[in-house]
Amino acid sequence: MRIEQHPILEFDRGEKVVFFFNGQPVDGYTSETIAAALHAAGIRELGHSPELHRPRGLFCAIGNCSSCFMTVDGQPNVRVCVTKVKAGMRVEEQAGKGVVSLD
Amino acid sequence: MIREVEILVAGGGPAGLCAAAAAASLGAKVLLCERSDVPGGQLVKQTHKFFGSEKQYAGDRGIHIGRTLADAAVNHPNIEILTDAAVLGIYEDGVVTVLYKNQHLKIRPKRTIVATGAAEKFLAFPNNDLPGIYGAGAVQTLMNVHGVKPAERVLMVGAGNIGLIVSYQLLQAGVEVAGVIEAAPRIGGYLVHASKLRRAGVPIRTGYTIKEAYGNGKLEGAVICRLDENWKPVPGTEEDIRCDTICLAVGLTPLAELCWQAGCQMAFIRELSGHVPVVDGNLETSIPGLYAAGDISGIEEASAAMVEGRLAGYAAAGSLGYEPQKAGELRQGAAEELAELRSGPAGARIMAGLEKAAALLAARKGGAGPC
Ligand SMILES: Cc1cc2nc3c(=O)[nH]c(=O)nc-3n(C[C@H](O)[C@H](O)[C@H](O)COP(=O)(O)OP(=O)(O)OC[C@H]3O[C@@H](n4cnc5c(N)ncnc54)[C@H](O)[C@@H]3O)c2cc1C
Repeated sequence: MRIEQHPILEFDRGEKVVFFFNGQPVDGYTSETIAAALHAAGIRELGHSPELHRPRGLFCAIGNCSSCFMTVDGQPNVRVCVTKVKAGMRVEEQAGKGVVSLD
Repeated sequence: MIREVEILVAGGGPAGLCAAAAAASLGAKVLLCERSDVPGGQLVKQTHKFFGSEKQYAGDRGIHIGRTLADAAVNHPNIEILTDAAVLGIYEDGVVTVLYKNQHLKIRPKRTIVATGAAEKFLAFPNNDLPGIYGAGAVQTLMNVHGVKPAERVLMVGAGNIGLIVSYQLLQAGVEVAGVIEAAPRIGGYLVHASKLRRAGVPIRTGYTIKEAYGNGKLEGAVICRLDENWKPVPGTEEDIRCDTICLAVGLTPLAELCWQAGCQMAFIRELSGHVPVVDGNLETSIPGLYAAGDISGIEEASAAMVEGRLAGYAAAGSLGYEPQKAGELRQGAAEELAELRSGPAGARIMAGLEKAAALLAARKGGAGPC
């Protein structure tokens, strides 16, 4: 859910776009981070821990803690709490620790 | 290619922005790198009116103070600001590396001011990794920066200023606050904030902690319990609180990795909330030309962070030969302003911490070898 009325703030959300979470279309706005847009859509579980496979969500929302790593457009270990939404972006739960391409 | 700069500031919160503005006002050229996409640091999400004295903009909302400071820096001809620019490392040969958008920059500054702020502390309890257990800052970012309702019903852990203020901001965003619990026997934050919550019907319970969280795939609730005078859980006092979010406001700790990595002398000082770089009266660390200002050298308030930033900025610019006499006077003025800020009861803890740091510094200088 997004906040529609706030006593102090007004939100400039940018342009409304559609991106994909595990293949499903999700609405987001270009000034939102992926984590914020997913949260607004009620999606809090962003992945699973690599060893015990426990569900993982965000924790710090400012790119500090690595709790929100996901695969975005094929690239693993993206901190979705500080990466902005783009139209058509493919956001997927990451399997394990992910392999970083070195080129 | 290595870019030469006079002063590099790492971090664009109140400390970094004020450091840049102070150094630039004396004629130095400053490059400020901020890892997020907007400068302002913690202030970009503080919708409440700040406490402190007028000199540090008290009475104004944090978001407005942040904007005022950022605009002043952005419009100054001697300051260049890079956003989406995380400082990665500070090396022996004086090179500092930065990840700017997707580029790896190498910079050789004559002086560096580290003003990276703080990170939120975590708390140990069973199931503390369930989705829905967030730092108070994260909840603020979701609701006050992105306009996303962060929760339906929240349990706030911690009744310091952050816990109290964020609880009130949650109410303003239309979220139910089930309660605020605090392990200490007393509310840590200012009474004005606590009273606002109590008037809104939010219970604040001191001497309580979280025993465990539960939920299937996501948070569904928490069990809280009372603590005795030795901070041990009292059996039989457990209570179940249904909530979809637990907000942890259990303190901040300095984000001092860059100082560790650079090899600065570090010390664990409880009163300053963790491991901090040991600094002298100019806020210079044990590495010449490397300064630390703001929450990184001890968790305090935005007011102190601003003044520390200015102090470091004047000292750094003065040491480069920019109006050294005026720089010295301005530095002295900032030092006096800090002493005044810390003269109240809330400043006693910080003063005790700074004294410990000063003792360590004196020991190091006294014990230095013959070179
Ligand atoms: C809920 C809440 C309420 C508060 N209320 C008040 C109040 O009423 N009055 C008051 O005086 N104070 C208040 N404070 C405290 C105040 O916000 C902080 O003390 C102050 O922001 C510290 O300033 P800083 O510049 O040291 O750090 P920050 O504001 O944390 O800024 C640090 C900046 O550095 C950046 N950064 C970190 N690492 C890097 C890197 N490697 N490279 C580049 N950039 C980096 C960060 O993105 C950030 O922008 C409050 C804090 C909170 C959380």
